[in-house]
Amino acid sequence: MLGKLTIDALPFYSGIAMAGALVVVSGVLGVAALVTWLGRWRYLWSEWLTSLDHKRIGIMYVTLALVMLVRGFIDAMMMRTQQAVALDSDGYLPPGHFDQIFTSHATIMVFFVAIPFLTGLFNVVVPQQIGARRLAFPFMNSVSLWLTAAGAALVMSSLVIGKFSTAGWNAYPPYSEAQFSPDVGVDYWIWAILVSAVGSMLTGINFLVTIVKRRAPGMRLMMMPLFTWATLCTSILMVFAFPALIVAASLLGLDRYLGMHFFTDGDGGNVMNYVSLFWIWGHPDVYILILPAFGIYSEVVATFSGRRLFGYESLIYSTAAITALSLVVWLHHFLTMGSGADVNAFFGQAAPLIAIPTVVTIFDWLFTMYRGRVQFTVPMLFTLGFIVTFVVGGMTGALLAVVPVDIHDTTFLVAHFHNLLIPGALFGYFAGYQYWFPKAFGFRLEEKWGRRAFWAWIVGFCLAFIPLYILGFMGMPQHLNRYYTPGWQPYLIVAECGAFFILCGIIFLAVQLATSIRDRAALAVPTGDPWDARTLEWATASPPATYNFAVVPHVNGIDSWWTMKQAGTAARKPGQFHDILMPDNSGTGVVLGAMSFVFAFAMIWQIWWLAAVGALGIFAALLSQTFRDHAEHRIPASEVEAIESRRILAPALVSGAPT
Amino acid sequence: MAAPPRLSKMPTSPQRRKSTIKGYLVGAVLALVLTAIPFGFVATRTLRPKQIFVAISIAAIIQVVVHLRYFLRLDLKPSSQNKSISLCFAAVVLFILFGGTLWIMFNLNYRK
Repeated sequence: MLGKLTIDALPFYSGIAMAGALVVVSGVLGVAALVTWLGRWRYLWSEWLTSLDHKRIGIMYVTLALVMLVRGFIDAMMMRTQQAVALDSDGYLPPGHFDQIFTSHATIMVFFVAIPFLTGLFNVVVPQQIGARRLAFPFMNSVSLWLTAAGAALVMSSLVIGKFSTAGWNAYPPYSEAQFSPDVGVDYWIWAILVSAVGSMLTGINFLVTIVKRRAPGMRLMMMPLFTWATLCTSILMVFAFPALIVAASLLGLDRYLGMHFFTDGDGGNVMNYVSLFWIWGHPDVYILILPAFGIYSEVVATFSGRRLFGYESLIYSTAAITALSLVVWLHHFLTMGSGADVNAFFGQAAPLIAIPTVVTIFDWLFTMYRGRVQFTVPMLFTLGFIVTFVVGGMTGALLAVVPVDIHDTTFLVAHFHNLLIPGALFGYFAGYQYWFPKAFGFRLEEKWGRRAFWAWIVGFCLAFIPLYILGFMGMPQHLNRYYTPGWQPYLIVAECGAFFILCGIIFLAVQLATSIRDRAALAVPTGDPWDARTLEWATASPPATYNFAVVPHVNGIDSWWTMKQAGTAARKPGQFHDILMPDNSGTGVVLGAMSFVFAFAMIWQIWWLAAVGALGIFAALLSQTFRDHAEHRIPASEVEAIESRRILAPALVSGAPT
Repeated sequence: MAAPPRLSKMPTSPQRRKSTIKGYLVGAVLALVLTAIPFGFVATRTLRPKQIFVAISIAAIIQVVVHLRYFLRLDLKPSSQNKSISLCFAAVVLFILFGGTLWIMFNLNYRK
């Protein structure tokens, strides 16, 4: 009746696992109780969960990312603490539990923090940057969100029911095969990945089509803001990379469920085929995470230097070159796994090429700042912190590209990719979050706690990862839950201190959000353009009306909002309004996500009748959506006019301002 | 490249809709046949394993073309330039990924 699910799946075996489960359960119940107590279920359902408004979907994405960031960080903190104390002792975590934690930490940070964070920023910003009123496929956007949320929910429920995978975030066979990992951990991983990867692929399709098809009249490709360019390139990578992951995880699932032999260690299976497929997705995914951050840095640098971007076209060509190169270097993630000299030489040489467009990008930002009036706002601080630390990460990457060097698979590698992904991706998302927060909500985040958060993050980052570089040179392998080398411990204690600084950084960000909401009247941005920004998203109200643009602007060049302000046309009220067609809300996306969760959960525990229910639910939801012929409503011109008349328009710029 | 107009180009007249349905049906039948052939070879083992492998590959490639032609309705007319560009790009990427994978896997095999 319940497949493999028994009472033993509940975490009574360990106090720590029990505590984790209780936190998750009480967190969910607490939120549900709060919403009930406030009587806001109907509001939540009709205004948010079922919304097809890309801005609201974006806000929900970022919320998901921030919640999962806390979970992923707790994992990190537990690992750091274990390694700080586990000299000649077991520490406080049994090995199996430690392995679950490093697996879930990485899985969560990549799939349920980074991807939702960047997708959320795409959603809030990109349609407004290109002068669109909505995405090409608003309903599919909602499906993407709820599939991602379903994947996150699967990972979270593995804390309460059963165990998560111990096979590392890349789930390499043969260890991840049923023979060596017979419990449900790897199945949790497979289904969480499959559900969310489908969502990410749909996101890629959605933004690719939106950017190609829905730009404002006059906006040529070479006039698009850099963040839109980054989104376009990221979307292309998503469309091409995620299918490889879906195939790899599906075939691994077939091995486990149906006894097939795609990747088994014998009977015609080939382990390396999985490794290669995984990194065909995995390497482009590094740039799926980093390119959006690059786009954000470009916008932030231009705005807070008060200048047009230096080398606008070279930035675009660099972004495109990084995109193309990222598809041809996947083998450098397994240089040490037995390829011949020719293969290793090709991929070892191709990998550092990516430094060239990256360096071009960095110099473009530096030259944009040079002789500009740089304002050291919080987004700018994150950008500057990124530029300094990212260069270190790039250089250590050059070291790792040298095949014979004996630092692969040590903590040097751990330090290297955290050095790319914390400054290179997360700092960018934080910069974007601070920069576009007033766009989404109509008030700024206050500066003081933001600056404190930045300093806590960057100090914490250096303290946490520079010791890992040194430990890598000393030969410490990654993923150790105990060790017998006294010389390593001091560095691990320093790394633990770094984790505490990062904890402060997260707390400060929460305090910043709370105090900003409290002081929202003082921090309000009535004109909607608090930074005196340059790109088109600031031409709408902040927060924008559901249709973004009452009248779609005509674009003549880059930095079109800046041009409009210079020409004095920014504050001009449109003479005539028209009816606007907008998509209706739809609960189908939520149902689809929920049914995917049910289906995946039932498959994990092999509860076949429940899996049938889930599959039928997915099918029924899709079918009902197919027959919705009238999924749009008309906003009459009079209503548009009424909304627009309440808006305070940005004043024209004083002429002679630096450009 | 200027931003294209926002009008949808889905067929609306009954005649065009009919031809679309016919296209889908032709595609579905072809896809089924091209799926049945490899399964048939594997089930009956009429050919040697290497020949079956070649037959499956050829059927798969034709199947890709069938999907593009009948389900995604791609053609090489100048009106669908966007589609042709993306198709060429996809072909290049697939060449890199397939070719690279084959290179890597055969290289590993020789070293065994």
